[in-house]
Amino acid sequence: MAQYNLNVNGQNRQVDVDSDTPLLWVLRDTLSLVGTKYGCGIAQCGACTVHIDGKAIRSCSTPISAVANQKVTTIEGLSEDGSHPVQQAWIEHDVPQCGYCQAGQIMTAAALISDNKNPSDSDISDAMNGNICRCGTYLRIKAAVKTAAKNA
Amino acid sequence: MTNNKLQSNRRTFIKVSAAAGGGMILGFNILGCKTDPKRPAFVAQQLANPDSWSELNGFLRIGNNGVVTIMNPNPEIGQNVKTSMPMIVAEELDVDWDNVIVEQAGLDTENFSRQLAGGSQSIRHGWDGLRKTGATARHMLVEAAALKLEVPSSELTTKSGIIYHEASGKSISYGDVASAAVDIEVPEEVALKDPKDFTIIGKDTRNVDGFNIAMGKPLFGLDVQREGMLIAMIEHPPSFGMKIASIDDSAARAMPGIKDIITVNVEPEGSEKQWSDVNAFPELVAIVGNSTWQVMKAKKALKVEWERISDAESSSDHETTLSDLVSKAPNEAARKDGNPDSAFASAAQVIEKTYNAPFLAHNTMEPMNFFANVTADRAELEGPIQTPEFLRMTISSVCGIPQENVSIMMTRMGGGFGRRLYGHFGTEAAVISQQIGAPIKLVYTREDDMTQGTYRPAYKVTYKAGLDAAGNLIAFHVRGAGTHGSPVFANRYPAGAVDNYLAENHSKESNISTGAWRAPRSNFIATAEQSFLDEVAEAAGKDPIDFRLALFDRAINKPVGEKNDYDAERYAGVLKLVKEKSGWGTDTPGVHRGVSAYYCHNSYVAQVLDVVMEDGSPRVKKVHCAVDCGIVVNPEGAKNQIEGGIVDGIGHAMYSALTFNNGTPDQNNFHQYRLIRHAEAPESIEVHFVDNGIAPTGLGEPSLPPIGAALANALYKATGTRLYTQPFNTQEPLLG
Repeated sequence: MAQYNLNVNGQNRQVDVDSDTPLLWVLRDTLSLVGTKYGCGIAQCGACTVHIDGKAIRSCSTPISAVANQKVTTIEGLSEDGSHPVQQAWIEHDVPQCGYCQAGQIMTAAALISDNKNPSDSDISDAMNGNICRCGTYLRIKAAVKTAAKNA
Repeated sequence: MTNNKLQSNRRTFIKVSAAAGGGMILGFNILGCKTDPKRPAFVAQQLANPDSWSELNGFLRIGNNGVVTIMNPNPEIGQNVKTSMPMIVAEELDVDWDNVIVEQAGLDTENFSRQLAGGSQSIRHGWDGLRKTGATARHMLVEAAALKLEVPSSELTTKSGIIYHEASGKSISYGDVASAAVDIEVPEEVALKDPKDFTIIGKDTRNVDGFNIAMGKPLFGLDVQREGMLIAMIEHPPSFGMKIASIDDSAARAMPGIKDIITVNVEPEGSEKQWSDVNAFPELVAIVGNSTWQVMKAKKALKVEWERISDAESSSDHETTLSDLVSKAPNEAARKDGNPDSAFASAAQVIEKTYNAPFLAHNTMEPMNFFANVTADRAELEGPIQTPEFLRMTISSVCGIPQENVSIMMTRMGGGFGRRLYGHFGTEAAVISQQIGAPIKLVYTREDDMTQGTYRPAYKVTYKAGLDAAGNLIAFHVRGAGTHGSPVFANRYPAGAVDNYLAENHSKESNISTGAWRAPRSNFIATAEQSFLDEVAEAAGKDPIDFRLALFDRAINKPVGEKNDYDAERYAGVLKLVKEKSGWGTDTPGVHRGVSAYYCHNSYVAQVLDVVMEDGSPRVKKVHCAVDCGIVVNPEGAKNQIEGGIVDGIGHAMYSALTFNNGTPDQNNFHQYRLIRHAEAPESIEVHFVDNGIAPTGLGEPSLPPIGAALANALYKATGTRLYTQPFNTQEPLLG
């Protein structure tokens, strides 16, 4: 066990965990931020996507030791009231079915539109291709990303 | 048919629970006005918390301020019943949807019936009961208002939660009469709305959990956290047909955070099994500890010796056995009309083709999990389960706790697709908690989830069609085989449309656990049947839609046999609708089209799929889909289901397979098991509903089965290759 400092959703947090603990489990088990989901544990499905210094990363395969002292943003920190353009677009397009993968989809989409204000269909496919939606809401996700980019 | 019980026991109507005074209830709602661009259009609307609630029946409570809470009785797996079932109650209650808060019910067989997610039946079975539930409460409110206003109830009308007396100009709100309404006698019969007066049913309504999902709120079983809760994981045999021989847990036990390592058995001698207890590995090793990561690491350090107790099956064995089965006739036919042998002998042309599909895993994005806290005489369970009532029976039997002391709360589920019909993971959680003596959350790793499945069986089917010289279908033969059951529905189309018809079934037993996977059997047979009919139509020199419609004409005008389990007019109706809406018959250069139609789960679906070639590879450009599910309760939710079923069906037909080598799945995570991704989804899907006012039927499954054939038929046009073996990308390298 070792102590790590990190900034999660604007708050400085100190955690005492094994150094190889993936950020995902620090968020979920230690900090009770369960919005970030476990899907595969090997960075293949994108359900665990969070931002490190604004970039989308897979928290299931990122050990805590690699993110100490960095700024982590999770779905809970994207906005206080659901006003982030991606969250708004997700609600507007009624994207989710089961909803489990959507936090990861939203975090990937938020990173995309902060880099690319006017993503094309292929930009969206490229950016989102690492996020699996087992319910098959891909068409709504694409539409929502476009709306979010427009409103951002 | 009333499947949702109405409370006839008067005593349950007199509960009036006071709310914790003041405060606000958070409902999700849509302000929908964008006058202030800085203000979000979609917000968590705060509804005022009433001073008191009146519970009119198990389904609903009305606050003295008019706020209404409606329970969703059934498990929510992404099929959107948490929105659509309460909509039906709210419609007949006659309140504004914006004033409704939806709560998920736990297992409560006193108040609800058929609390099950399966077979696309929630709306179909719930329809009458949900309407009557809303209408009964409305009746009681109106009667209470009549007493208060001192007017005959027959002169009262309702709208949006207000009761009006037109003659006197008086009005009173539901909230003002709710507490008095609980004393009104429950009517035996109630009048239901004329569907033309519906204001909620038929209106696009957003997912009631949409806001919370976008906010990352804890909604799922995996999100359950309790004081003192430990994490448990299981280790199951690496191969089907194996069990535990010995365990060396010394290294794992010594690891940080590990509390205990035990063996559990969810099928102890004398326990009673339910149909839902499908499970190849009743004996498991359970590792219990403080945190998920610590338990995951200890699980890897665990050393278990396994012993073989039954055959080590491989996919090549399944292929050999199923091929052997479809090559010979079973002892008896599932259905026989006319004289198929002589009709085939007299046919001008005979076409025979065999179709194959592998095992599939469900791969819900949320792996199996469950929370359990089992004490001496009580069990509290919370988690994702499609069959809570059966889980309760099993836990009661296995843990020796009376059913009335077993409570089960259903969480929102991160997908089901049939996997969560089989709740052994819930029983495992209960047994682990009982043995450890602490509340635990059982968590499967993705690998556990994929390699301990209740898989879609591997299937094979051979079709044979005989055409006369004019290209008419005069004989039809289907022979199917599967690991655990044949995929053939003997009484489905084209049964009833062909004079000489033979359907035959074979089944191969297997120690690999199988079960319902979204649209069981149909998920394979529709693709085979509709691909075959396309090939037969081509051999007959006919347009594939006209060829199918001619068969429907026969089934409508002079059906063969009496057991046909489809309505040929509704079936033909969706095909005609998709023909019209897709502009079938007008060729667009570079666009290759395939058609398919299928009936399952009481709903009818026809699809036209367009493929284009991009850089030498086929790409699904567009899908037109016509659907007859009767009344559409929530069009927006219904479209989402149909789109999802289409994407899911394309993905599995094209890319997905679970194969076995000596009893061990070759795939254990998403780097090996390919699921469809964003770039592979169709560019657009256009959905058209038949408007016929018939009582609604389900939509969780029906759009999936036919799409594989629409895809195969379009890919044939694009590439010249007929596809017989799923996943298609293993047969045709062009498909990537």
